Amino acid sequence: MTVLLVALGGATGASLRFLTDRWVQARHDTGFPWGTLVVNAVGSLLLGFLAGAALFGAPMPVLQTVLGVGLCGALTTFSTFGYESVRLLTGGARLLGVLNVVGSVLVGLGAGLLGVLLAAGIWH
Amino acid sequence: MASSAETRTAAAPARGKPAPAIPLDLLAVVAAGGALGSVLRYGASLIWPGPMSTFLVNVLGCLALGVLMCVITEVITPHRLLRPFLGVGVLGGFTTFSTYVTDALRMAVTEPLPALGYLLGTVLCCLVAVFVGVTATRALARGVRREVS
Repeated sequence: MTVLLVALGGATGASLRFLTDRWVQARHDTGFPWGTLVVNAVGSLLLGFLAGAALFGAPMPVLQTVLGVGLCGALTTFSTFGYESVRLLTGGARLLGVLNVVGSVLVGLGAGLLGVLLAAGIWH
Repeated sequence: MASSAETRTAAAPARGKPAPAIPLDLLAVVAAGGALGSVLRYGASLIWPGPMSTFLVNVLGCLALGVLMCVITEVITPHRLLRPFLGVGVLGGFTTFSTYVTDALRMAVTEPLPALGYLLGTVLCCLVAVFVGVTATRALARGVRREVS
């Protein structure tokens, strides 16, 4: 049962990442991977919120599995982030590569923390 | 709706409207790959619980994407659904940024220094893994080509 919930969330998350990345990348031509940054930030915000909800006493085991493990896990990606960063770093756009690495980690942490704080505001 | 979509694909693409319809088979293989990758990641988290699992999954997924991207851009002419399935779907669903972030935040509350090590260590190892995946595959393909010719 849990495996099916993870698969369902994962299929949805990966599809949303694919569609978001297509949509975002079609709307600029800067060579900067904004699409991956956006999905990683949104997924970190949502997972931070779910972690905060579990921490402050709103146990939602099914939602945690579908949305936390499945959807957030698959909506966000480390492999594409890593590949895009290495391509910038080794392809003559070193500054953009460094900005992508540092920016993604900081934005992700900020979004995750914001999610926890939102949950704290609701349940704590 | 359906008829307008049909006329759009039947007629010549409209100028100045760069919004191509998304092929459904593309979306289907991305979803199937995402489901598979997520289940593999979930399985790994049962074997090694905690941040260690996230770390290993992310490094392994980065290595695999480096290999894949080198193969499909430099070695073979891939089927059009191969990259969406394996790269966007399976490896995108397998690796995760959100769990990496929440792992780090959770660790930072009690042990800030290991949290910082986890944050930096994951990024460094993942970037190295992508680089090693690409360059090792490139070298291997070059060796194979030399042997063939």
